[in-house]
Amino acid sequence: MNVELLSRIQFAFTAAFHYLYPPLSIGLGLALVMMEASWLRTRNPLYHNMARFWTKVFGLIFGLGVATGIVLEFEFGTNWATYSRFVGDIFGSALAAEGIFAFFLESGFLAILLFGWDKVGPKMHFFATCMVALGAHFSAVWIIVANSWQQTPAGSHLEINGQPVPLGHVFERSDLGHARMVIDDFWGVVFNPSSMDRLSHTLVAAWLAGAFLVVSVAAYYLLRRRHVTFATASLKFGILLAIVASLLSLVTGHGSAGGVARNQPSKLAAMEGQWQTGPAAPLHPFGWVDGENQRTVGPAIPAGLSLLVGGTRDQVVTGLNDIPLDLRPPIQATFQCFHLMVGIGLALIGLSLWGGWLWWRGRLEQLESRSTKWFLWLAVPSVLLPQIGNQVGWFTAEIGRQPWIVWGYLRTSDGLSAVVRANQVLGSLIGFGLIYLLLFVLFVFLLNRKIHHGPEPVEESHSLPENWLKEPRA
Amino acid sequence: MDYNLLWFVLVGILFAGYAMLDGFDLGVGALILGVKDDQDRRLFYNAIGPVWDGNEVWLVTGGGALFAAFPPVYATVFSGFYLAFMLLLFALIFRAVAIEFRSKEPWLWWRRWWDRGFCAGSTTAALLIGVAMGNIVWGIPLDANGEFAGTFLGLLHPYALLMGGTTVALFMMHGAIYLHMKTEGDLQARVREWINPLIIAFIVCFSLTTLATLLYVPRMTAILRAQPALFGVVVLLVLAVANLPREIHRNRDAAAFLSSCATMLLLMALFGLGMFPHMVYAVPNPEHSLTAYNAASTQKTLKIMTLIAAIGVPIVLAYTTTVYYIFRGKVKLGKDSY
Repeated sequence: MNVELLSRIQFAFTAAFHYLYPPLSIGLGLALVMMEASWLRTRNPLYHNMARFWTKVFGLIFGLGVATGIVLEFEFGTNWATYSRFVGDIFGSALAAEGIFAFFLESGFLAILLFGWDKVGPKMHFFATCMVALGAHFSAVWIIVANSWQQTPAGSHLEINGQPVPLGHVFERSDLGHARMVIDDFWGVVFNPSSMDRLSHTLVAAWLAGAFLVVSVAAYYLLRRRHVTFATASLKFGILLAIVASLLSLVTGHGSAGGVARNQPSKLAAMEGQWQTGPAAPLHPFGWVDGENQRTVGPAIPAGLSLLVGGTRDQVVTGLNDIPLDLRPPIQATFQCFHLMVGIGLALIGLSLWGGWLWWRGRLEQLESRSTKWFLWLAVPSVLLPQIGNQVGWFTAEIGRQPWIVWGYLRTSDGLSAVVRANQVLGSLIGFGLIYLLLFVLFVFLLNRKIHHGPEPVEESHSLPENWLKEPRA
Repeated sequence: MDYNLLWFVLVGILFAGYAMLDGFDLGVGALILGVKDDQDRRLFYNAIGPVWDGNEVWLVTGGGALFAAFPPVYATVFSGFYLAFMLLLFALIFRAVAIEFRSKEPWLWWRRWWDRGFCAGSTTAALLIGVAMGNIVWGIPLDANGEFAGTFLGLLHPYALLMGGTTVALFMMHGAIYLHMKTEGDLQARVREWINPLIIAFIVCFSLTTLATLLYVPRMTAILRAQPALFGVVVLLVLAVANLPREIHRNRDAAAFLSSCATMLLLMALFGLGMFPHMVYAVPNPEHSLTAYNAASTQKTLKIMTLIAAIGVPIVLAYTTTVYYIFRGKVKLGKDSY
């Protein structure tokens, strides 16, 4: 295997593994804010108990997110040094801003969230929880800005040997060592054409991950008839967040796809398996891309894609046939990942609304009811769906971006470190493989133990920190 | 002061901040096997519990700032030191999860293994950071494109290893002084017995490193010869080190810790003074060196970053101080502890 393939695999693997955790910290962080806010408002010890249990789960998740996150910041330099030199003027500021504005905020207040129950009053604790959740959201902001700039570069221009290069200049391999992207306008970089669409979609998808973790654990308790009061209340928080997030993910996903159609037509063509350029482009709910015969096999909704993208049957959609071979992303992978993501998104909407309906009919408490049981049975494994959806969503975005690492400017294959050899990357890849396997097994094991152990029993105010009792009731 | 110089200093301050903060928790890691009792070890973990991952953010932000302000330096060093940095990552991951997982289960074997992992990860990380610094001081081979032209084993020369050993000693000393501040009673008395030997170990390593630097890397002291007023930094450094046993003797824990922090800051200042304007010194072809001027981002990016730092850093310092203030005093085990 060559160094390019190995570097691609290592980055994809370490990024995908890392991304199991940040969506949970973002989503669960928001859930914690909701729970503590409810406690502050009602002073019902149940909510306090809930916040404490989920905070412990949060701590475990956060620790793994931190440990696996540092790797990514190093890898731009270790494995993609040419890329780093090329984009440093722009990409680096976003990473530095992420450190200053997001990571410090998260980690600083996390100390209070996890260990500060007995050290600060309830309002200060609530404030710390809000700041941790805010920090988690901020970290998404900056990394999505950086990634979106790779997808749709803006606010910048190409410079070769210190001279600005007119747009459309063909970039030669021999220019690589002397070329870089240079910033023109910071806000142009931040609000590049795809950043806000992609940010909103990523954030609501992260809320889904947090919501369904809560839903899943609560459903498990209910099926086992354990911690019933705690579980029912947790379930309601989870369902509420899930309904909001799943519906918003439909809206934001639609916005994102519209942006892809405008800015990255080759990616859209691969996502939908669209071969011919023209109006009335069909939409395949599922299917198989037959690359040899340049067609996509599967049921099709006539003019569906044109309608979705442009709102009219006459909307022209660029097909793969009009995209040079060397500028096409891997089509099958992009198509399947995208369709899996959409399918999961729709399933989550269905599940959330079903849960909402049961709640509205007062059936969540009726554990004997058949439909409630069915719902709970499906809710337990549902925690996996947003995780898979998030992963394949990113796979769609990043595989669909190929062959570019910076769209239209630099190819991924040109971004490698010149001095790193294949056997070195193979060594580090094996190292990451073994360590991450161990981490994952231990994470699942400890999470499982925590869930089995369950929340501490509510003995009224006994579970409250001593200094919180002195606070006058609201 | 131009923006290049400003960012040279700011990157240095971020890494100095990292050394002062993560330095003590890496040091605590290296010392963890020094106590046998489980309660004592838990006290060590919880002494750094609320702050260790905030401390690590200084490394992340320092790396981000280096990437943003001096992309070629970031790219050359990180790709050139590939295997060393991968080992550093493995070490940092291991110690992070060791802290996280260790006290989650009561089994003796489980805790023993994570303690060993925590100690090995922390010590390795300190050693590798020192070796990397040693190579930067010594100079590394670069080709005409500013790419690393050496090998992994070539990075492990005696000077770099000496610097690695010095860093381990420095972090262990710093960690012991921090623990002295956070523990009480019998445990504190035991920690106290470690401090003087560790100070001596650091002084021995540091003297050797200084001698080696004077003999073999004379360019590092050129600025002190050119501007004798800067010798004041050396005087302050020696005073800060000499102050350590004095503060410990007088039982002024916090003052001892601050003195230890000052030692690190002054060491970093000497390092920066010796290097400037070089960021990566190329041997044997100094004309290939990367400097704060030939390897910087555009003035516009440096200006934007200055604005970001001007807004962000005061806020960060404010709540970092608040967090340290909230968790001040002796560490106690409670039900939220590790």
